[in-house]
Amino acid sequence: MPPMEQQKLSGRPLVGQAISRLEGYEKVTGAARYSGEFNVKDLLYGYVINSTITKGKIISIDTSKAEAIPGVITVFHHGNRPSLAWFSMQYADMDAPPGTPFRPLQNGEVKYNGQPIALLVADSFETARYAATLVKVVYTTEEFQTDLIGNMAKARAPKGGLATFLKPPPPKPFGDFEKAFEAAPFKATGKFIHGTEHHNPMELFTTTTVYNGKGKLTIYDKTQGTVNCQLYVANVFGLHFKDVRVISPYVGGAFGSGLRPQHQLFFSVMAALELKRNVRVTLDRHQMFTFGHRPPTVQFTRFGATVDGKVTALNHEAIAETSRFEDYTEVVVNWAHMLYPAQNTLFKYNLVPLDVFSPLDMRAPGGSTGLHAIESTMDELAYQLKIDPLELRLINYAERDESTDRPYSSKELRKCYLQGAEQFGWNKRSPEPRSMRNGHKLVGYGMATGIWEAMQLPARAAASITTEGKLKVNSAVTDIGTGTLTVMSQIAADEMGLPLEDVSFTYGDSKMAFAPIQGGSFTISSVGSAVKAACNALKKKILKKAKTMDNSPFKSHKIDEVVFADRKMISIANPSVFISYSDIIAANDHKVIKSVNFAMPKALKLKKYSRAAHSASFVEVEVDEELGTINVTRAVTAVAAGKIINPKTAKSQILGGMVWSISKALREETISDHRFGKYMNMNIAEYHIPVHADIHDLDVIFVEEQDDIVNELGTKGVGEIGLAAMPSAIANAIYHATGKRINQFPIHFDQLL
Amino acid sequence: MHTYESGLKEEMQHQSELSMTINGVPKSRTVKPWVSLLDYLREYLDLTGTKKGCDHGQCGACTVICDGKRILSCLTLAVMKEGSEITTIEGIAKDGELHPLQQAFIDHDAFQCGYCTPGQICSAIGMIAEGKAKTRSEVKELMSGNLCRCGANTNIIDAIMDVQKGAGNE
Ligand code: FES
Ligand code: FES
Repeated sequence: MPPMEQQKLSGRPLVGQAISRLEGYEKVTGAARYSGEFNVKDLLYGYVINSTITKGKIISIDTSKAEAIPGVITVFHHGNRPSLAWFSMQYADMDAPPGTPFRPLQNGEVKYNGQPIALLVADSFETARYAATLVKVVYTTEEFQTDLIGNMAKARAPKGGLATFLKPPPPKPFGDFEKAFEAAPFKATGKFIHGTEHHNPMELFTTTTVYNGKGKLTIYDKTQGTVNCQLYVANVFGLHFKDVRVISPYVGGAFGSGLRPQHQLFFSVMAALELKRNVRVTLDRHQMFTFGHRPPTVQFTRFGATVDGKVTALNHEAIAETSRFEDYTEVVVNWAHMLYPAQNTLFKYNLVPLDVFSPLDMRAPGGSTGLHAIESTMDELAYQLKIDPLELRLINYAERDESTDRPYSSKELRKCYLQGAEQFGWNKRSPEPRSMRNGHKLVGYGMATGIWEAMQLPARAAASITTEGKLKVNSAVTDIGTGTLTVMSQIAADEMGLPLEDVSFTYGDSKMAFAPIQGGSFTISSVGSAVKAACNALKKKILKKAKTMDNSPFKSHKIDEVVFADRKMISIANPSVFISYSDIIAANDHKVIKSVNFAMPKALKLKKYSRAAHSASFVEVEVDEELGTINVTRAVTAVAAGKIINPKTAKSQILGGMVWSISKALREETISDHRFGKYMNMNIAEYHIPVHADIHDLDVIFVEEQDDIVNELGTKGVGEIGLAAMPSAIANAIYHATGKRINQFPIHFDQLL
Repeated sequence: MHTYESGLKEEMQHQSELSMTINGVPKSRTVKPWVSLLDYLREYLDLTGTKKGCDHGQCGACTVICDGKRILSCLTLAVMKEGSEITTIEGIAKDGELHPLQQAFIDHDAFQCGYCTPGQICSAIGMIAEGKAKTRSEVKELMSGNLCRCGANTNIIDAIMDVQKGAGNE
């Protein structure tokens, strides 16, 4: 192991300490290898060919020119592909929405622009890329529709299905919304328009498939779920589950794009099996726009309140895009009633199927969309009522979740409001729009609330004490940059009373203990709980073993009568009685002691509670009065997300969410030309995300929040909550600065002129 | 007839002997002229620390230091750099000892997924050598060719400012 930075390894407990990432050395020296960086012998390179039409049929594919190029091995397309699983459910993955999953090369039908229609394989990347341009495809075209705004009249209810259990439909209506809204003395309404967004992780999607012979494959894949991809490959290609091993040691960002197996995996595996060779397929940046995306969504809100600011009526409706083949849904309209206890509600969520690829969860899916509408409508209400926006939130503070009539397992949102406001200096805000300035810049303050459900999925972990008396823990889970390795090591070290250097956590391999896909902010709660469970089982085994030793002083000890600390098991009643892990292993004939365990959410207990992380964001913007240019000069996000295992990596998650908020509100958007049914800015020069010069003062507060219900660890996850509140807070700050309420994201300077 | 395509076909057979010094080690091998410096490093020399984020000069992930200057290796053909001295991320630490900037990146948690990191570090070393950026806002401006999708921006700039300050005091 190369020299790691000196960390205070002895401090106890490790959980709660700001420990630097354990894989830091590998990442700053270039030693970390991502899925496209395993340069195995005799590697072939595949290059995907995409359809240039939006809808229709392929009449012919002429590959002769391409195949005449030296170094070209073959071109796979629907006409010559090997026979594949025919049943569409075999293409379904753990994250597949209701419908029929897209099957690459199924037939000559083109369902969307940029659809992968062929794979050219050559002996070098350069040859593959060049020869792919020589493949001539002739199509017949059909009429298509890709425009959500122009097709809103076709909106219909989404189909139900298994995969929707994490995404509940809108809550049932309460009271009589129309009547209450009509009667409300104060009203605010809005129409909110969000465009398409693409995840664009920095790393391109790549799969390197190593052909081991006899239908056995080792696959280095960029994914958020090694087991999910293993399942997919085995099902689609009819392989034994055990013969498919999917490894993702490092993942160069994903943000949801790796939740489903992407088509480079399919192509790399297909070519490897057919050619019996090692094959790498890498998508280029343009092709990163040819699979899942955040769907464009149009929302309508109508909120009514009494003269003293009590919200009495809440209506939130959304219409979102999906593909023709799957009903992708998000939780967009379920949040308002979780935050504000109105007596009369009406929520609707509908879909418009269009000729596009299926949308896909992208960081804070649904939440970042819906909360913009909710929190900007609340802001509008505050101005109408002439009540401070923060005060309005406090007047309507939900002590319990009225939408399901359940208490929260914990909720420290009030602390977020108060500590965030204090840190930001919210009291310096002058209430009138356009009343604050800095030279020729208009200054605006805005705030908003965030919420994200705290979920837990079943997961396994394996733990063992090695012959050296050290701890090894493993799980198939990935680390997409969230800090999984570090936090799991912290949890395990504390459980077993070991210093961090005695713990090794291995991950990112489908051969390891089962883990669900990594997303939805549920990894720490799911896998972390499994790690804890495995360590607990290991402790019992250690005690059991100790009891069998000759003259064992532990014979009468129960598990709660010993502690595990300083590499030992110690009797609580008599601390001079102890046994070290190495002595236990010696007594076990120098064999490792091992335990593999499942952690399941305690469904019956959890059913009685709503569980959510909360946040409050406060934002200052400066808007150039003449040019309309917008700058987020500072922002504070205060977060209540239960126990924070590692404040350093958790803070980075929130900072990342805040940068994404600036991006969402002011920068990023995939622009379509609906005459061609095609995205027009499929590169990261024209798909804008913030650069260093756009990012200024960002501050994060974690408020204390104890939760003994949500899971064993008391954690709620921090991956999404940083993006929940701030986009709306930016829009609200722009209103405060300029007096203009812009409800379309991203907000551009020309909308302010 | 000599067409564009037949010309290209001929060109594709062309190989040149290429020699450069990479991370202090002389390296020579034959390479086709259409191979970018980035692919040469990653696919031919197995130096995969240098990253490909776009292949179009839009992201900065492929930044390396060539004869003391930061360049985008995806916009550079390998054969253009005959005889050059190249430093990649693999050559920044000396004898297992991290460069202060690498250490500062770890201390400030200046990365999440780590994919933009080699480019950020090489770019920052090149930028500090240029000697133009003094203030935080100048550093932000001159580092803006290096994108970070994880949003580690504030931590990246903190790390650079830490080292920059140290360098200024020398
Ligand atoms: S890969 Fe060279 S700038 Fe993006
Ligand atoms: S750390 Fe992931 S892109 Fe910068």
